[in-house]
Amino acid sequence: MLALLLVLVLVGAWELYADLGAIDDFILPAPSQIATALWDDRSLLWSNLLVTAQEVGLGILLALVLGFLLAVALHFSGVLRRGVYPLLVASQAVPIVIIAPLLVVWFGFGIVPKLAIIALVCFFPVVVTTLDALRSVDPDQLKLMRTLDASRWQAFRWAEAPAALPAALSGAKIAVAVAVIGAVFAEYAGSSEGLGHLMLQAIPQLETARAYAAVVLLAAFAVLLFSALALAERRLVPWTHRPEGPNR
Amino acid sequence: MDSPSVATANVEAPVQEPRNVKGGAEGEVHLAGVTRSFGAVRALEGIDLDVRAGERVAVVGPSGCGKTTLLELVCGLQQPDAGTVSSSPAVLMPQRDGLLPWLRAIDNAALAARLAGASRDEARARAHPLFAAFGLEGFERARPHELSGGMRQRVAFLRTLLSGKPVLCLDEPFGALDALTRHEMQEWLAQALAREPRTVLFVTHDVEEAARVADRVLVMSPRPGRITAELAVPPSRTPDELLSVRERALEALRSC
Repeated sequence: MLALLLVLVLVGAWELYADLGAIDDFILPAPSQIATALWDDRSLLWSNLLVTAQEVGLGILLALVLGFLLAVALHFSGVLRRGVYPLLVASQAVPIVIIAPLLVVWFGFGIVPKLAIIALVCFFPVVVTTLDALRSVDPDQLKLMRTLDASRWQAFRWAEAPAALPAALSGAKIAVAVAVIGAVFAEYAGSSEGLGHLMLQAIPQLETARAYAAVVLLAAFAVLLFSALALAERRLVPWTHRPEGPNR
Repeated sequence: MDSPSVATANVEAPVQEPRNVKGGAEGEVHLAGVTRSFGAVRALEGIDLDVRAGERVAVVGPSGCGKTTLLELVCGLQQPDAGTVSSSPAVLMPQRDGLLPWLRAIDNAALAARLAGASRDEARARAHPLFAAFGLEGFERARPHELSGGMRQRVAFLRTLLSGKPVLCLDEPFGALDALTRHEMQEWLAQALAREPRTVLFVTHDVEEAARVADRVLVMSPRPGRITAELAVPPSRTPDELLSVRERALEALRSC
């Protein structure tokens, strides 16, 4: 409710600022123009949204799976942790604009380079949150597993993995916003469809309102995806949504 | 192992014999000359302890006197630096209940069976009758956070019991409970053990609790932990007898 009110105030201010003519429409369209573009270009926007949404959705899923598996591997192997973790941090410092063209050369204009880029920008928060959770499992629970004669694998399956799952989902939630930006960059680097591609074409055609309409859709999609992950969290890890239990 | 070596340059070679011997007579626990240090801190020193099958032994002492270390040695979670530990298979009930938040109460209780390869339904079927017997009926499907502190401890105790091991090591089982619940749980534990007799080694800082539940009370000194007094609790457990055990235990605690 408060978020909605805030948006209304900001949009109102924006509309006034644009209408008073301080800035050219081609640089900053008014919200009313963006709304018009949203309606007039709805079929164009929708078909491109589907493309980008698919890229982002699959990219995050890929990052979630790969990030979780990598975190588990790092958790089990100290050598790997010392050797690979710094490289992971370094990988996050590589600007996407540098490697995106390379990926396009390797994988073409299809969905694969987009997935690679989105997964690359998203898997880091998943790895970090998951690894932290794996390493902070209650030592009492691990002792208990040992006195119940659990194997290393069983201790992982019953105590560590369930503790790490909510963390992995939190990582994915953190990754949603960068995933959308990653998708736009990936489409800039080489694509024939998608909202990023649409923006790239709209701006030189001076269809700035259409580009902004695409941004509005991307933002709305990010909010939707975030909510979907929150819902998944509720379903997959119901024990984390609770008031503090007694004696804890 | 004590080779009478004459002036060798070597510091005592590490003794290679196994120090934590599983097995021994069913339900018995034997510690002889057990010492355990963590870095410069000597947690336990010269602990000798023999627990008969079916006996309930309470260990009382100030915090940091190595009580938890003692239990972990018996459970095989740690190895002694010197001396020997031999025990029938022992299971630990950790200080905080250690229930897995993602499992329902019945699945937590039945964890040992699942780990041993039973299917979920088999494991639940084995745990189910004990839920009713131990006052947990109707809470089988609850998750740990939905249970009160006392109920959590009961589920944790059931899990310990259902491991099927002859020796139970309970680490301050009621430490986190309020006084009233604590009192109820002590009686509950006594009844539960009457129903399912096991060898019990339990740690507490409450001498009253020790006298109420145990057959024998051991008093430990602060670091390095040594056994400074050993008090038998008369089986009749009249209020006067309990009071006397309590007084003597407190006396021993004060003088160490």
